[in-house]
Amino acid sequence: MIKLITAILTALTTGAIYALMSTSLVLVWRSTRIINFAQAGQAVLSTYIGYEITIRTGSFWVGVVAAMIFGALLGAVIDRFFMRPIFKRIKNGPILMIAPVVATLGLLGIIQAVIGFKWGLTYQSLAAPVSTDGYTLFNRVIAFSPFNLLVVVFATISMLLLTLLFQKTNIGLALRASAHSPEIARLSGIKVDLIRTLGWALAGAAGGLAGMLYIPSSYLYPNAMDVLLVFGFVAAVIGGLESLFGAVAGAMILGFAISFATSYVSEKLVFPMAFIMLVVVLLIKPAGIFSSKKSRRD
Amino acid sequence: MFKASSTQKRTFFFIAIGWAILLIGDRIGELRQYQGSFVAMYALAIASIILLTGYSGQLSLGHSALMAVGAYAGALSINNLHLHPVVALVIATFVAGLFGLLLGFGVARLSGPYLAGTTLALAVSLPTLANQFPILGGEQGVVFDVGLPPARFGENFSQYKWFFWISSLAVLIMLWLISNVLSSRYGRTFRAIRDNETAAALAGLNTGRLKVLAFAISSGMAGLAGGLLVMLISGVSPSAFPLSLSFSLLTGAVVTGIYSLRGVMLGGLVLVAIPEIADSLVTRIGGSEGFTATLPGFLVSALLILAVLFAPNGPGKLLSTFKKNN
Repeated sequence: MIKLITAILTALTTGAIYALMSTSLVLVWRSTRIINFAQAGQAVLSTYIGYEITIRTGSFWVGVVAAMIFGALLGAVIDRFFMRPIFKRIKNGPILMIAPVVATLGLLGIIQAVIGFKWGLTYQSLAAPVSTDGYTLFNRVIAFSPFNLLVVVFATISMLLLTLLFQKTNIGLALRASAHSPEIARLSGIKVDLIRTLGWALAGAAGGLAGMLYIPSSYLYPNAMDVLLVFGFVAAVIGGLESLFGAVAGAMILGFAISFATSYVSEKLVFPMAFIMLVVVLLIKPAGIFSSKKSRRD
Repeated sequence: MFKASSTQKRTFFFIAIGWAILLIGDRIGELRQYQGSFVAMYALAIASIILLTGYSGQLSLGHSALMAVGAYAGALSINNLHLHPVVALVIATFVAGLFGLLLGFGVARLSGPYLAGTTLALAVSLPTLANQFPILGGEQGVVFDVGLPPARFGENFSQYKWFFWISSLAVLIMLWLISNVLSSRYGRTFRAIRDNETAAALAGLNTGRLKVLAFAISSGMAGLAGGLLVMLISGVSPSAFPLSLSFSLLTGAVVTGIYSLRGVMLGGLVLVAIPEIADSLVTRIGGSEGFTATLPGFLVSALLILAVLFAPNGPGKLLSTFKKNN
């Protein structure tokens, strides 16, 4: 019984963090048709900034805000001054197919190297704002702490805000329109380039938040988010890469699958489980399990 | 007059290169022989990426994992089956090829970013499996010992020269085989699919099957390169195949020019030279520990971006457009 409850609660926590990462990948994919492998670097750099601010001000919350703002700015700058010029240069030729992947990978390497120059490769720890000791349930300490609860709450709130932005505001309408068909959106007077940059900025902020919520349970080092990038990608593919709802649902499915596999079968199944889920989804339903016409339009 | 066919010309060409490499190998020091073996190994790994990406239009970030498959297969056949190292390298090639074939059925039909992400997940997840099976030795890994050079080569024949001979010959033979495949019907069909998959399918090609085939061949090449890599570092462990290896290979392939196998030696040279350059930069300007450790990664990434920006079709294409303009 305790094992079951712990597995569910762990699944919710990890799923919440995967959801933030998969959302940030989906936001960029929708607006520019790029899988942003540099997101791991952007998120970890934002977390380093948040870490510095947390130390300077003594407040984790100021650090979170700083990480999200920095993440948003970094995302916008990367789109405006890196991605856009590259795609202006490479207009045709078969290299076009691999250029987005290669460019984001190169960027990932550069960001991580810059972090190494500045902060070194040592593991830093970021203190959580609330206790990380597990709650006690039926006189047993379980692997779910007030901080884990905070992670779930924060992720939920940010998803709700993002949904509101997409569904209820003009900016959201513009975001959806330029993702769905950029040409028609441009003809209707939407500044598609600006909206794309906004997509990158939102993705950067989500990545920064994911980092600040994940790092207190782990350590901060230049490659700290690489693994989350992979999980975020798997979750995004399960959800179909196109819809925000799919990204969150995919993350939860992945979180539950990994949590149950690790607590009931073997601790070492984390990566194999993610890979198996990815291949199974790609074989059975390559467009993702939520890829109905309806969800494509949101 | 004797008129050689293109296949014969190519064979002569490879024999000439092999001859030249052996002559060079006699005249250089042990460090250069050791580095030369790495150049050959990287050249083969880069060639496997070029075959997959440049000729068949698929992008893999998982070649470090495929190299690991070959390396473990080779190590197990030496340690547990007590086979000759050359046989072990052949086994490494075939096991990785078979693995690539199975994997290819699952993933080779995926388009660009999906395939890149899936192979990325493979590169991250496969090495962790080594901890699952005791026979693979966990984090410590298992030794890969090709033994001393045969006595008939004389006493002065060093271990490094033996490494150099094995890797250069293995790589040359493999590249010779592959360049024959690529100039055959299969090479043409691969390129046809890369350039326009729909047109290729309309022309009656089974594009799915051919993509899987290209994936399997590429995996086999990567497996042999993995076997050679662990021969050079005399042991195989999960940490020998980090994700950054896949990125380095991709950089090597882009720098070489993704559409031609001609420059793979250049790519291998670049990958071996980058840590050396980083070392000499650090000794000249100094720097913290973090700077020293991350400079090679920085150089690789910067080179990748510069190559995509300024020579997206490789240095050869850059030169030929330059000539055309003059």
